[in-house]
Amino acid sequence: MSSPLDLAEAHPGPAFTVTLDGREIEALPGQTVAAALWAAGVTSWRTTRGEGRPRGVFCGIGICYDCLVTVNARPNQRACLVPLHPGDAIRTQEGTGHDD
Amino acid sequence: MTDRPHLAVIGAGPAGLAATVAAAAHGVRVTLIDSAARAGGQFYRQTAAALHAGRPQALHHQWRTWERLRDGLEAHVRADRTVHLTDHHVWLVDRQLNHFTVHALLGPEQETPVEVRADAVLLATGGYEKVLPFPGWTLPGVLTAGGAQAMLKGTLAVSGRTAVVAGTGPLLLPVATGLAEAGVDVAALVESADPKAFLRRTRALAAQPGKVVEGAQYAAQLLRHRVKLLTRHTVVEAHGDERLEAVTVAALDTDGRVRPGTGRRIACDTLAVGHGMLPHTDLAETLGCRLDGLDVQVDDEQRTDVPGVWAAGETTGIGGAALSLAEGHIAGRSAAARLHGTEPDPRTWATAAKSRTRLGEFFAALDTVYAPPARWADLVTDDTVVCRCEEVTGGAIREAVDGLGAGDVRTVKLLTRAGMGWCQGRMCEPAVAGLAGCELTASRRPFARPVPLGVLARAGEAESEAESEAEAEAESD
Ligand SMILES: Cc1cc2nc3c(=O)[nH]c(=O)nc-3n(C[C@H](O)[C@H](O)[C@H](O)COP(=O)(O)OP(=O)(O)OC[C@H]3O[C@@H](n4cnc5c(N)ncnc54)[C@H](O)[C@@H]3O)c2cc1C
Ligand code: FES
Repeated sequence: MSSPLDLAEAHPGPAFTVTLDGREIEALPGQTVAAALWAAGVTSWRTTRGEGRPRGVFCGIGICYDCLVTVNARPNQRACLVPLHPGDAIRTQEGTGHDD
Repeated sequence: MTDRPHLAVIGAGPAGLAATVAAAAHGVRVTLIDSAARAGGQFYRQTAAALHAGRPQALHHQWRTWERLRDGLEAHVRADRTVHLTDHHVWLVDRQLNHFTVHALLGPEQETPVEVRADAVLLATGGYEKVLPFPGWTLPGVLTAGGAQAMLKGTLAVSGRTAVVAGTGPLLLPVATGLAEAGVDVAALVESADPKAFLRRTRALAAQPGKVVEGAQYAAQLLRHRVKLLTRHTVVEAHGDERLEAVTVAALDTDGRVRPGTGRRIACDTLAVGHGMLPHTDLAETLGCRLDGLDVQVDDEQRTDVPGVWAAGETTGIGGAALSLAEGHIAGRSAAARLHGTEPDPRTWATAAKSRTRLGEFFAALDTVYAPPARWADLVTDDTVVCRCEEVTGGAIREAVDGLGAGDVRTVKLLTRAGMGWCQGRMCEPAVAGLAGCELTASRRPFARPVPLGVLARAGEAESEAESEAEAEAESD
């Protein structure tokens, strides 16, 4: 099966490690939080304030705020926009993210 | 270069790029400001540099046009005629006596403020996708069609293995073919309109042979990847508990109602869905530019009714990348001439004006064909979440309309909080208007982006300083 990386003949630098709720996952240089989570098979990383329902990427371009996540202890970052760096700590976010 | 007049272009998509290159070539200093890390906008969205894509054009159409724009921009930047500010999110453009101040926040965290002063501004902020609600549309795995495309082009990411692409409009074609080329099994492309109706509009088609070829290329790609095309069908429901597992699609009758008994379930882990596009008009609105319906109103030179403010591309009406290019080119040339204090000669942009007219007609014809199913609201059950941010349901909105007499989006918003959350109604407004049975009108948002209070306070100080400076200048004249 082809992949988008094959299709675009991408040759990213070596993968690095970040954590998702303490669990190690691999990320590629240039990937956003959302891209790395998708690549790791994770499609939701927050629950809503009211009903506690899972959410992930919706608009993909920073408009909808559905993809909010905590990165390095800062809540409410848009996963579809924020690029990752080695050692970054991603935390799934509950509600407003301010109870963490 | 400092004595050259200074134009701030906001948005580095096809429109903003064409405008920048045209204005810079005609002796204007340009600052091109965009929130993305790389120029390109939506249509020419570039893969993150660190992914080192050896063949990025595999994800694109009209790559040669992009190369020309990119090389043009780079040449002007090298020659010091243009500055390209990336990662700058503009939240307000402010008009003073004889200049404009563009207020931006830096980087994805958007806390560091930056201000750019210019003699004129050109708004090329494009648009965003409209999605109408249906049961299950908040499940992870359901995303906008353009969002799927943006994630693919920008970060080479796809969310799953099997996708359904659904909704209405020409954007569904590149999204379905893009996902299929990238190795996703696209189980179906579900289009609620009947594109054959478009084929009957031969006049608009005949005027655009390029567009016909483009359509045929997509059709061939869909065929090659064995993507099933279901026209006059719609997604009725997305199924799953914690994430998307399947969708039910059904046929529509001529009134746009779901035909009973035609539902079929398709297993998938991704649903890319869109019902057309809406223009980004916040910056124009706060500047006081007149709108024409939902679009920024412009004249033949792409001037808004506010002196010194031009607008081009999808902010002035949805019409695709080629139309955005033509409008951007005209806007850039007009702005350059006017900033030099001369009357522009429209003959110098005759070719662009011609394609603007033709493409305008083409998209007007498309618009009459690609419309969401007339009875889409029937699918919104009382439990269906309509406002994703504030989790306001269809039932709550109906109660506000039928029980409490709300007759417009604003009143529904006050009664239910629909549209008061993070996205400020950008996602739910078309649905709320539809459910309330009123026209979708442009909503006035104070700022184009959420702004930290500290930044606001400092911007206020900077403004009063700038004003007293301007007053002092006026007095000394
Ligand atoms: C997510 C998405 C994906 C799309 N993908 C395709 C596709 O693959 N094929 C296709 O034919 N059409 C696609 N389209 C349609 C597309 O909108 C147009 O065809 C075309 O890109 C419009 O050009 P434009 O220059 O008017 O605006 P855009 O290309 O949208 O460019 C606008 C630019 O302005 C910037 N901007 C907006 N607001 C601000 C602000 N406040 N501060 C700073 N910068 C700002 C944006 O970051 C963007 O770079 C897509 C649309 C969307 C929403
Ligand atoms: S997915 Fe919409 S803001 Fe990130």
